Amino acid sequence: MASAPGNAPAISQNGEPLEPRLQVAPGPHLSSTGLSTQRLMIDVLIALVPVLGMAFYLFRWFALLQVGICVVSCLVTEAVASSWRGSKPTLGDASAVVTGLILGLSLPWSAPWYVGVVASVVAIGFGKAVFGGLGQNIFNPAMVGRAFVMISFASSLGATAYVRPEAALEILTQATPLTAAKELSGSVPGLWALFVGNANGSLGETSVLACLVGGLYLCLRRSAVWQIPVSMIASAAVVAGIANLLMPETPFTVLHHLVSGALVFAAFFIATDPVTSPLTTRGQVIFGAGLGALVVAIRLFSNYPEGVVFAVLLMNAVVPLINRVTIPKPLGGLPAEA
Amino acid sequence: MSLAQPNRPSLSRRSFTGGIHPPSSKQLARDQPIEVVPNPKQVRIPLLQHVGALCEATVKARSEVVAGDLVGKSEAPVSAFVHASISGKVARESAATLPNGRRVPTIPIKAGDEQLEGQALFEDTYGGEWPTLRLDLPTPDLIIQAVRDAGLVGMGGAAFPTHIKLAPNPKKPIDTLVINGCECEPYLTADYRLMLEAPGPIVAGALLAASAVGARRVIVGIEDDKRAAAEAISEAAAGTDIEVRVVKTKYPQGSERQLVPILVGSNVPANGLPLDVGVVVVNVATAAAIARAVLRGKPMTHRIVTVTGRGVAQPKNLLAPIGISYGELIETAGGLTPDAARVLAGGPMMGFTLGDLDTPVTKGTSGITVLTRNDLQQFEETACVRCGLCVDACPLNLVPTRIALAARKGAWTLAERYYINTCMECGCCAYQCPAQIPLVQLIRMGKAHLAAA
Repeated sequence: MASAPGNAPAISQNGEPLEPRLQVAPGPHLSSTGLSTQRLMIDVLIALVPVLGMAFYLFRWFALLQVGICVVSCLVTEAVASSWRGSKPTLGDASAVVTGLILGLSLPWSAPWYVGVVASVVAIGFGKAVFGGLGQNIFNPAMVGRAFVMISFASSLGATAYVRPEAALEILTQATPLTAAKELSGSVPGLWALFVGNANGSLGETSVLACLVGGLYLCLRRSAVWQIPVSMIASAAVVAGIANLLMPETPFTVLHHLVSGALVFAAFFIATDPVTSPLTTRGQVIFGAGLGALVVAIRLFSNYPEGVVFAVLLMNAVVPLINRVTIPKPLGGLPAEA
Repeated sequence: MSLAQPNRPSLSRRSFTGGIHPPSSKQLARDQPIEVVPNPKQVRIPLLQHVGALCEATVKARSEVVAGDLVGKSEAPVSAFVHASISGKVARESAATLPNGRRVPTIPIKAGDEQLEGQALFEDTYGGEWPTLRLDLPTPDLIIQAVRDAGLVGMGGAAFPTHIKLAPNPKKPIDTLVINGCECEPYLTADYRLMLEAPGPIVAGALLAASAVGARRVIVGIEDDKRAAAEAISEAAAGTDIEVRVVKTKYPQGSERQLVPILVGSNVPANGLPLDVGVVVVNVATAAAIARAVLRGKPMTHRIVTVTGRGVAQPKNLLAPIGISYGELIETAGGLTPDAARVLAGGPMMGFTLGDLDTPVTKGTSGITVLTRNDLQQFEETACVRCGLCVDACPLNLVPTRIALAARKGAWTLAERYYINTCMECGCCAYQCPAQIPLVQLIRMGKAHLAAA
């Protein structure tokens, strides 16, 4: 009946086999066609569309230029790195595009072109490739690049970089809300303006609304887990609430903390990076909670107005530990010692 | 009870955590009534078809046997007798490699002229009256003895000897007997057809098994994509205390660890058995075989095998003699289609690929699934991005990616720390994995390594 393995099967003229050729392989023999790694990444790209749109609306061509520089630099670095490693080209999985986008969106509109390039090279090269490529890195690549340029080009990325008194766009004449809060100077924009995104800041962080829309899509598609953003925002709220109780005179309330800066952007797009976040639900909740608390703590007690970059890097570093202490109990409890 | 009232099937709203919803593909064979396979010219009865010790042949070459005669036995504590499934002449012992990879001796029997065939064989196996209301229950000892003599093993796949399952354990009294009619494995419809066409022996067997283990309650669990089967069982169980529960369709609902908590409410301990929570689980086909063994003294010589998949011309549910070759059953189902690519013993989730179509069917063969090239479109394996989809899918609450990658690297302590030996290899993780990592294969390899160490 069936041709023996090894014999070439007879093929008809249109290329259809005429007799079966059987193969042997381990099970399971079905595979979900719904998700691939590439599809996970493309979901992130789709989810970033509203954020990108808002950035374009606020910062015009500066936004697209900055993001474009980062995406192209990330792709080039990825291509070079994978050829150096001698692995197959890995551009197809779209993960470098995601890194570039998130990196670009975390920069101010005014950062010079070389900042984006350096950040991208560091992000992909030192954030990812040196660990062995996709899936092997400990730290979120975009945040590695962002932290590097934040320290190396302090003047191009400091609080003053965001403000151009002579700019035609009005929001660019104002300090970012977090800087305003830090210095207790200038006016803190209204909550609604902050929520919609009518405020100065890094390209992607201004509109909480846009982040929520994209983030919701990601979570509904299960391309990101909802536990991380929820626990991160909740814990930020709790810590900010405690701070408010201790310093009741501040104009910067809990809600101000939640809608300004990169908290919500990070919660949905940076903290949810599966590679650098814990595997289990319990671990994800701990991770998110730690992130939220750190972000607010850095905002309140450090010289930096915003704490997302360092909070993410610090929490990334403890992910292996979190994974280790949150190994779930199997159904039915721990197995008895054999 | 005065009048025979049907026990309406009741619905379970709860489901287990984890699990997957693969396309069931059961429509291929679900509406095909059970058909009796024409008697083969020869069968080969493997001397090991179960979990446990190999049987020794009790017949010599050239001796004449009648269908149902004992051909192999073992006095080992865990084993099950094997019987001739057709009448004829015994040939010289030969070996066959079963789908699970074990090479075992078989007793070939060349068919004689006198055979039970067609409808008569079906009637003999599942037809006639099956007492359920005024059932004279033999003593537990007699039931268990009859089950042992008949060589019964679990027909749901694991093939554990049934008489051991039913044997009394003074330390662990049994409260509930669960009759498993979930058949959660995609494609397979053998249990469904049996419940539909022969609910009588299932109900009778359930009552006998309950009496043997001393169970107070009997619950039949059936997935909600098989409501007709639940209705049929309910009707046949009218007037008895048997409860019929319809559970949500989700793979692997038919696994004991998933089914027992839904029906009984308590979790089976991680490396324990349902026995530990006072439950015995028996598959529907096994229940029918218990009735046949106890009430009619007939050993396990036949079973229903679904031959299905887009790789066979006419999917069918066949009543087949044990020892017939997989190839003959596929021929009965119209043969392979030109694009057939993989022949599986069992279903696509937990089935094994068959390397040789001459392999004999055993008591645990629930189906033959033939997948086509199109069904098997493979994607390239990529790196794990720790997306956690395998963690969500695991019905045992394990972290499959950690276990599998630890096994791949030979990090055995790490694999054990993540409970590698708790894995039941259901395949949910590998089904979901977007990176196409062969998680189950790696875990199996790791378990084998640890078992050998």
